[in-house]
Amino acid sequence: MAQFLAMGGYAAFVWPAYGVAAVVLVALVAATLRGLREREATLKALEGMRPARRRSRRAEAPDLPPAQAKVSEG
Amino acid sequence: MTTALMHRYANPARFLRIATVVLPWAAVAAGLLTAAGLYLSLFASPPDYQQGDTVRIMYIHVPAAWMSMFIYTSMAVAAAVGLVWKHPLADLYAKAAAPIGAGFTAVCLITGSLWGAPMWGTWWVWDARLTSVLILFFLYLGYMALVNAFDDPERGVKAGNVLLLVGIVNVPIIKFSVDWWNTLHQPASVVRMGGPTIDGSMLVPLLVMALAFKAYYIATVLLRIKSEIIQRKIQTLRLTQGDSGAVESGA
Amino acid sequence: MTRKKRRLYMLLLALLGLGTATALTLTAFQDNLVFFFSPSDLQTKGEQVKDRSFRLGGLVEDGSVRKLPDGVTVEFRVTDTQHTVGVSYRGQLPDLFREGQGVVAEGKLRPDGVFVAREVLAKHDENYMPPEVTDALKRAGQYKPADTRASAQ
Repeated sequence: MAQFLAMGGYAAFVWPAYGVAAVVLVALVAATLRGLREREATLKALEGMRPARRRSRRAEAPDLPPAQAKVSEG
Repeated sequence: MTTALMHRYANPARFLRIATVVLPWAAVAAGLLTAAGLYLSLFASPPDYQQGDTVRIMYIHVPAAWMSMFIYTSMAVAAAVGLVWKHPLADLYAKAAAPIGAGFTAVCLITGSLWGAPMWGTWWVWDARLTSVLILFFLYLGYMALVNAFDDPERGVKAGNVLLLVGIVNVPIIKFSVDWWNTLHQPASVVRMGGPTIDGSMLVPLLVMALAFKAYYIATVLLRIKSEIIQRKIQTLRLTQGDSGAVESGA
Repeated sequence: MTRKKRRLYMLLLALLGLGTATALTLTAFQDNLVFFFSPSDLQTKGEQVKDRSFRLGGLVEDGSVRKLPDGVTVEFRVTDTQHTVGVSYRGQLPDLFREGQGVVAEGKLRPDGVFVAREVLAKHDENYMPPEVTDALKRAGQYKPADTRASAQ
């Protein structure tokens, strides 16, 4: 086991390589899923408001979740 | 006007249906291939006669490099399709794929440095291969910045498409850099005339990891395209809702 | 022709133009993009690099590696099978540095023709094999320790 971890003396290079790949790829999926869920929620909220109701111009969308502001990323 | 609108949304709807079917398969395949790939790369393959266990870095570095070039090329194709055929999904694809491509390129560069430091004796050199891959990374970042720089998303995407097409010359340069110029980076070991110069026991982990990355990419990009489609719907709804109180079903 | 066809042709034309421009630019800069000179290159381009720092690449000549009595300096010869240059280096050599192996050294040419290196990098070839395979090749007398392409570059 110790031999495996030591990677022939190159542990300091091999393990960070695998680590970086794991971090980047997992983070990418996580951010994607998070963005997707936020947007799905926003869409649902927006569609839920459609049953026609007279709204005043200035009331944009008062009951939408605050996650709003970040929909453009992810 | 309504037919144009309908056409616009018909494709995404069909895409979403296909995506819903493909996604779970891609995700499961990614999981299984990654598990198999890691087992092969770390346990069930030999060290190199010369490079010892650092060769295991190759099983991450090379598939990441392949993905970085493949993704950029696919984005450039999408850009061409978007510019010529004006297919609505083409622009969404490029936007969705960009961060994944950038991620793989970063992984390629970083793992490359981690491999080069013990083997070559340096973390970085400005030879043709390394420099052109760094340029690829900047092209990805530049694309993402450009697309988001415009208030009007349509103009942003168009500008991005132009950048993608201009930058496509970099991909053959990356591939042939080790042949056209003398470089520190060694020549190709897999995709070359005369066949691979990698022993079978090492070629297998490499190919399995490459497939794992492919499956991961398919799953992730489908999720991201879905996300972009929803974002478009949100934007459309916001626009129509902002105009009047009564909004018809526009999606 | 249709608008779509016209867009397609414009795109292809633009790409062709871009490709040509790039090819021409790269060809024009060929010399400046050189990452290292081979010992043979020095014969022809020696004037260019006089007094300038540059990189020398080739194979470490078999039997040429010597550690000097001061314990720090290493001398070896770099060859591309046509010409050879002597190198002097003080410092750590990379793990992969060995005779018959590719090498890229950065430094200056001394007036006496010896290349004084500031940095020595090992260049390995594109072959990957387990030790068992190289052992088998050696036993069969088929083993070639280094790819001669390194010298051909």
